Amino acid sequence: MYIKQISIFVENKPGRLADITGILADNKIDIRALSIADTTDYGILRLIVNDPDTALEKLKAAGITSSITNVLAIGIPDEAGAFSDAIRTLSAKGINVEYAYAFITPEAGAAYVIIRVEDNDAAAEALKGTSIKLIGQQEIFNQSK
Amino acid sequence: MFFQKDIETMPRKQLEELQLERLKWTVDYCARNVPFYTKKLGEAGITGDKIKSLSDIQYIPPTTKADLRDNYPFGMFAQPMKNIVRIHASSGTTGKPTVVGYTKKDLEVWSDCMARLLVAVGTTCEDIVQISFGYGMFTGALGLHYALEKIGCAVVPNSSGNTEKALMYMRDFGTTALVATPTYALYMCETAKELEYPMSDYSRLRLGLFGSEGTTPEMREQLEKGWNIFATDNYGMSELQGPGVSGECEERDGLHFCEDYFLPEIVNPETLETLDAGETGELLVTTLTKEGIPLLRYRTRDITRLNYDVCKCGRTSVRMDKVKGRSDDMLKIRGVNVFPSQIESVLLSIDKIGPHYQLVVRREGFTDTLEVQFELTDSSMLEKFSEIEKLQKNVQHRLQTVLGIQCKVSVVEPKTIERFVGKAKRIIDLRNTK
Ligand SMILES: [Zn+2]
Repeated sequence: MYIKQISIFVENKPGRLADITGILADNKIDIRALSIADTTDYGILRLIVNDPDTALEKLKAAGITSSITNVLAIGIPDEAGAFSDAIRTLSAKGINVEYAYAFITPEAGAAYVIIRVEDNDAAAEALKGTSIKLIGQQEIFNQSK
Repeated sequence: MFFQKDIETMPRKQLEELQLERLKWTVDYCARNVPFYTKKLGEAGITGDKIKSLSDIQYIPPTTKADLRDNYPFGMFAQPMKNIVRIHASSGTTGKPTVVGYTKKDLEVWSDCMARLLVAVGTTCEDIVQISFGYGMFTGALGLHYALEKIGCAVVPNSSGNTEKALMYMRDFGTTALVATPTYALYMCETAKELEYPMSDYSRLRLGLFGSEGTTPEMREQLEKGWNIFATDNYGMSELQGPGVSGECEERDGLHFCEDYFLPEIVNPETLETLDAGETGELLVTTLTKEGIPLLRYRTRDITRLNYDVCKCGRTSVRMDKVKGRSDDMLKIRGVNVFPSQIESVLLSIDKIGPHYQLVVRREGFTDTLEVQFELTDSSMLEKFSEIEKLQKNVQHRLQTVLGIQCKVSVVEPKTIERFVGKAKRIIDLRNTK
């Protein structure tokens, strides 16, 4: 049920983001979700792509510092308070969300959120039986077709 | 163990008398035989007679590498070619090489000096010694070669280059001591590991005789662990004779000078003023017996310190610290002397940092700033910003402890810092540019 997320170290200088996304485009890698967190000098780019293993291989071959980690993708109703409900459910179980980023889906009335927690299994367990559903890697990409 | 015990343990007073006598001789010999010195000493009004004590050396003008280049190829030779038996040259990264010539006596002295230092770290006639310095115009290989033969070692002159073959000889011959640059010795160890050669094949190797570049404490630790050896350093430069000017003893608490042949002093690299014993500055060396190419107060550009205390090993000769840096690399930042080698040693001691770094010096307003850039190659730190920030803070803190000034620490992407072959040029000084 986990999603493979790619993290990339990017220096804040003109053209770097274009270079990196260019490498992915050249290898026909489709980016579904993206988040960038940065300081004044550098940032970490986080991506959800259709073929993370190939993406990592190509990035590494280009000498880019990058890694893969497992994160959770959850589907929540596209309405006020839904995200905060999800976070509350997790924190009630003592699970801390380190970062999260949302992206819209073609599915009407739903939003997907990538969440990064220390313990994926515990988070998945905590969400069981709630209205929040876990989304798999294939699901994300099937829906975009 | 001693090679020439009488000289190596000569009482200091007696040694200094010998040095003074030889210094006077060298001054007159230079004035008589080298037009460059005839002029220079004449202008300064210096003759051997005027040198009353060793401290009078400060009145002699220093000699630089540029002087040797300007007199290329043989202008600094004090003997006609009929008395010269060997010529070496060191290739400069810029300009002409510096050329040195040796008489028969010079070669004899050279191998004596080197043999003393080799015996001082435990080399004996039982040793099988492999020389992995490149043979040729470079003084390193032949300098060690003749000294090792003088001691009675079995010399394996395999030179540098073919690492797999070097490893084969080392294993099959049961080599006990290795002569190399510390960098090459590390590379050999890595190669052996990559090829999955069992390190037990090299169990007879016990001694590392490293030179041509200094070994940092971090490199020494890696070399000793990797090869299971006792790693030692010796020091020299072709202008002065080649290796064998100074070297460690088994105590490894500084490098003993062959002081009956070389007179060292420490000066302020900017003002050239003589510094007191124990102070750190640029090393100047005067040759005391050289016939082929005698040099007065040669500026080595190496930054070090001299220690006149008698060593635990019993040798009375002065010891120099490991070279701390080069005066031509030295940066003066907010009044503090900073050596790139200090920064390198901090960076190499921290995991997760690649070996490539760059220093940028800027002038912001009236203040100089130093930025240290290193490449982030470890992808395990990408999960949390705080990991990278922690690493930056750690580097910053350790640099401040070592350098005494605060600097900016930046992480950059891999392969963005230029790779250098040979001597790395890691400093970008933007202070005098707009
Ligand atoms: Zn000693």
